[in-house]
Amino acid sequence: MSATADSHVHDDHDVHHHKETFVTKYIFSQDHKMIAKQYLITGVIIMGIIGILMSLMIRMQIAWPEQPNVVFETLLGRWAPDGVMDADIYLALVTIHGTLMVFFVLTAGLSGTFSNLLIPLQIGARDMASGFLNMVSYWLFFVSCVIMIISFFVEAGPAAAGWTIYPPLSALPMAQPGSGMGMTLWLVSMAIFIASSLLGSLNYIVTVINLRTKGMSMTRLPLTIWAFFVTAVIGVISFPVLLSAALLLIMDRSFGTSFFLSDIFIQGEVLHYQGGSPVLFEHLFWFLGHPEVYIVLLPALGITSEIIATNSRKPIFGYRAMIMSILAIAFLSTIVWGHHMFISGMNPFLGSVFTFTTLLIAIPSAVKAFNYITTLWKGNLQLNPAMLFSIGLVSTFITGGLTGIILGDSALDINVHDTYFVVAHFHLVMGISALYGVFAGIYHWFPKMFGRMMNKNLGYLHFWVTAICAYGVFFPMHFIGMAGLPRRYYTNSNFPLFDDTTNTQLVITMFALVGGLVQLVFLYNFFRSVFYGKKAEQNPWKSNTLEWTAPVEHMHGNWPGEIPHVYRWPYDYSKPGHEEDFVPQNVPLYDGEEELQH
Amino acid sequence: MTALLIIIVVLFVAVAIWQLVKIFDLAQVGANNTQVADDKDNRINGYLMMGFLAFIYIITILCFVYLGDLPLTSNAASEHGTGLDSLMIISMVVIFIVQIITQFLLHYFAFKYKGEKGKKALFYADNNTLEFIWTIIPVIVLAGLIIYGLFTWNDIMNVDESEDPMIVELYAQQFNWKARYGGNDNVLGKANVRLIDLDKANILGVDEEDPNAQDDVIVTELHLPVGQPVLFKMRSQDVLHSAYMPHFRAQMNCVPGMVTQFAFTPTVTTTEMRQNQDMVDKVQNINEIRMDKSKVLTANGEEALDPYEFDYLLLCNKICGKSHYNMQMKIIVETQEEFDAWMKEQKTFANSLN
Repeated sequence: MSATADSHVHDDHDVHHHKETFVTKYIFSQDHKMIAKQYLITGVIIMGIIGILMSLMIRMQIAWPEQPNVVFETLLGRWAPDGVMDADIYLALVTIHGTLMVFFVLTAGLSGTFSNLLIPLQIGARDMASGFLNMVSYWLFFVSCVIMIISFFVEAGPAAAGWTIYPPLSALPMAQPGSGMGMTLWLVSMAIFIASSLLGSLNYIVTVINLRTKGMSMTRLPLTIWAFFVTAVIGVISFPVLLSAALLLIMDRSFGTSFFLSDIFIQGEVLHYQGGSPVLFEHLFWFLGHPEVYIVLLPALGITSEIIATNSRKPIFGYRAMIMSILAIAFLSTIVWGHHMFISGMNPFLGSVFTFTTLLIAIPSAVKAFNYITTLWKGNLQLNPAMLFSIGLVSTFITGGLTGIILGDSALDINVHDTYFVVAHFHLVMGISALYGVFAGIYHWFPKMFGRMMNKNLGYLHFWVTAICAYGVFFPMHFIGMAGLPRRYYTNSNFPLFDDTTNTQLVITMFALVGGLVQLVFLYNFFRSVFYGKKAEQNPWKSNTLEWTAPVEHMHGNWPGEIPHVYRWPYDYSKPGHEEDFVPQNVPLYDGEEELQH
Repeated sequence: MTALLIIIVVLFVAVAIWQLVKIFDLAQVGANNTQVADDKDNRINGYLMMGFLAFIYIITILCFVYLGDLPLTSNAASEHGTGLDSLMIISMVVIFIVQIITQFLLHYFAFKYKGEKGKKALFYADNNTLEFIWTIIPVIVLAGLIIYGLFTWNDIMNVDESEDPMIVELYAQQFNWKARYGGNDNVLGKANVRLIDLDKANILGVDEEDPNAQDDVIVTELHLPVGQPVLFKMRSQDVLHSAYMPHFRAQMNCVPGMVTQFAFTPTVTTTEMRQNQDMVDKVQNINEIRMDKSKVLTANGEEALDPYEFDYLLLCNKICGKSHYNMQMKIIVETQEEFDAWMKEQKTFANSLN
């Protein structure tokens, strides 16, 4: 930030250095705080509602297969003749639910909201390195959302080849109707999405490296920033590979190349493709796909680190170990993709290598979990809704992470691969955990975003019902998975073998419906609080990080006057020798105070 | 109809929650509430943490009691399956212990150290010994599991050709399975989808010129002799499929353009498996469920469900299109004599062409 810009905001913070119209303030805004809110509304709330509604329809179909259902009739229209869901549209729902939740909600929504909001505020910068690129990134994301939503309404239905869109199923319109126009739009939407994600990530990286305020060394960064920073790096490394996979697939689909296709006989004719391999696509896809899991998870863990420390009124335990484990997870995440492919037909020796690297990832993950637990020990826990969601995150991260030991083991994967066991595992460890991270972040930084408080009692209601339903849905699911029930089956009525899982499926659906409904409490609380919530104090949670030194009212440049300087790490909670149980980062060390050798 | 009713009930519950929430909300108007947790909130939520811990334990116990017989961790019907099951059980026990302990610590600490006004937390930022301990313990446990797992994996995946396995091709297409035996010479004839000739009923694209192909046998029901190692060669003609045989702990993707393989030795015949006490119980349970369903169906004037009898199955376990959920083939494991008698009745490839 240049000195001139500094002096501008110095004069009078009511006078901005350029005139704002409605359009520049709310629509084509270059202010990181407004862009964060835009991501929150588009990515988390709108796409989240669609994604969760789809999951509820999936669950209803599984519980009451092939039965007329007024919800289907209303929401699916001609794809549910007489209210009975069509088999093709079931696969489409599964596909789009996965795509929306993984990419739109938990990648763009999560990183877009919190990286944008917190990176400048927590490192002490007036804005992102490039406000313009940041705006472009959001609007590309918006366009990709619109295209994805349009794809629901094309003649033959949206993409339906699973969120992993393995060719040839995704490449051949004759293989399934969703592989026509629906898949084209899916690919176009994702290509734009990737461009948006890369612009965003580059911006985050540059901002963290270059725009830290005076005194904010890398080892004084809050763990949120470390997590967002490393996430952005993984994104930059892996997303381009998905883009190349998508481009090659577009070539195969539309221009007759054979990157992923070979020797295909379908609907009575031999196709010309020769020499390609679907396994190549799987490699390219999972080269992004696995790091993607951590792109989703790491920001949630970063948010949790910050919230657990603040609300425990204790320093996060093992700050350096936490950074090391984030880095270790980031590195390992790029060399484990093959564990999705143990039985894809790749060389079994490769399977051994990937088993080894995969199980290694359990080590930094375990370190993180134990450090969270130790942070709680002998704390003075302020059980705010955000804190509950953070503790809930650690709980589901452990439960879901542990079954990774089974799935990461190539031998054991043989029999549980692509069963409901996998569904239970990844929903807990990345789906629910990351969602808890989003919720925790919203409850915690709502005062920063909107200058008002969310209602805590509704927050408690939201958390406890959600927590019970999350376990109610996914815990029993492990068992039906181990019974050998494959995922993505429209109905199991053709397999009497699995009839003894039907009652469990019904129970799971009940939990899912209640869990879905209770999100309405959150939505109500959110929108009501935006307008009528209690006015927030400047630092409601008595937190140390810099964002709480900025005024409640948003302003360009974040701070009136000079940017605060930083003198200490962000976790001086309950430090002996201080009267208060928190010491913000911008408070200088008193004479003789030792800075902790963390 | 039940679905409709349930949905209506759920909707009513939603409305009720919404209303409750509003009342809840209105009751707080005027109260001096900062919306930051106070001692009362900490206390209530601290106790709820313990309640939630109990909930996790209870749901675990309930799952084991009611669903404990679902997991395929016993009665493996293949030679390698038993070893795989023990690895599964060992891993599960490890996971289970870690889960019980860590969840306890997490929720108990959340309860024990719930905040009180005026209390100060312990300033405790780091301890290298502790960090070392919980790095090294997972390292040791995982090293054990990795080594055990890799031995099992190599054992399964490295096919021992010296055992003279029977060669069987599993051929996948939307949405059914075919199996092709090598015939008397136990060698599969060359095949490519470009040779498919539907007019001549050459549906697998087997090379009609290849001498090895003449005695191949193509069937739609997979028969396997017990105790005989089988080497499966998987092919697909259109999209990815996955040949999943859960009772044999076997699975491999079928990939168009390449041949994948998986080998195992079936050890339990279909008849024996049907008499296995666990299986008898399972089938009885399933039939009771089907009876209940049939009652509803017949009341609506529909046909009742057939009673279920156990059979091994080959399922498709890779999303492959509309009828993915119904892509299956029956597997019958029988004695060598029964198998030979069955095989004798099958047409060879040469005789099956039009």
